[in-house]
Amino acid sequence: MKLGILVNEGPYQHQASDTAYLFCKAAIARGHEVSRVFFYHDGVNNSTRLTEPPQDDRNVVQRWSRLAEEHGVDLVVCVAAALRRGIKDEVLAPGFRISGLGQLVEAGIEADRLVTFGD
Amino acid sequence: MSDHKKFMFVNRKAPHGTIYALESLEVVLITAAFDQDVSLVFVDDGVYQLKRGMQTKGIETKNFSPTYRALDGYDVEKLYVERESLEARGLAEGDLLVDVEVLGRDELSALMEQQDVVLSF
Repeated sequence: MKLGILVNEGPYQHQASDTAYLFCKAAIARGHEVSRVFFYHDGVNNSTRLTEPPQDDRNVVQRWSRLAEEHGVDLVVCVAAALRRGIKDEVLAPGFRISGLGQLVEAGIEADRLVTFGD
Repeated sequence: MSDHKKFMFVNRKAPHGTIYALESLEVVLITAAFDQDVSLVFVDDGVYQLKRGMQTKGIETKNFSPTYRALDGYDVEKLYVERESLEARGLAEGDLLVDVEVLGRDELSALMEQQDVVLSF
């Protein structure tokens, strides 16, 4: 099955990003395709490479980057939501790109299922 | 795969206090621009998004409620409000700033069943 993912919450503050990541990993392991993860609302905060969590904690941002690198998942950050929150191209972690909401709608159209993680 | 799908936006939060309602409205407009079948549902505190006479000057926040009135200009005409949510908050259809269809919880769930994509904010 082809899956699109929507992440609506920031890292560490809320479980949505963790659950979305674990869901993606499990889906890929079961042979499904995760074509795109779209980050919206505070979810855009998952994309900044300036994040430096304590060493004994998971690195949410790097985890997403690795997923993109290893499985070709397209990580798209909403431009309007990003600009509101100070996320710009120069702070993006590897694998992320900034684009418009049309990318979310497109994921909804092209995927078999669009799965939302949020509050 | 069809390139025309039924998108339903489920609005559950009060209009202010969090940014969900405002940013949800932005997705609705883009989805309509993609020529999709768009419907909006207002449940729980989301019914307050349509409350008539909103004034946001005191909280120094943008009043985006006129956007709901502009939706029909984007061919977004299917607005549904859950009856139970209205009643629980002492609201009636006449308190709302746009024309909506008020449906019971069971009718809404049947409507959700027919959608291709349900986005909940």
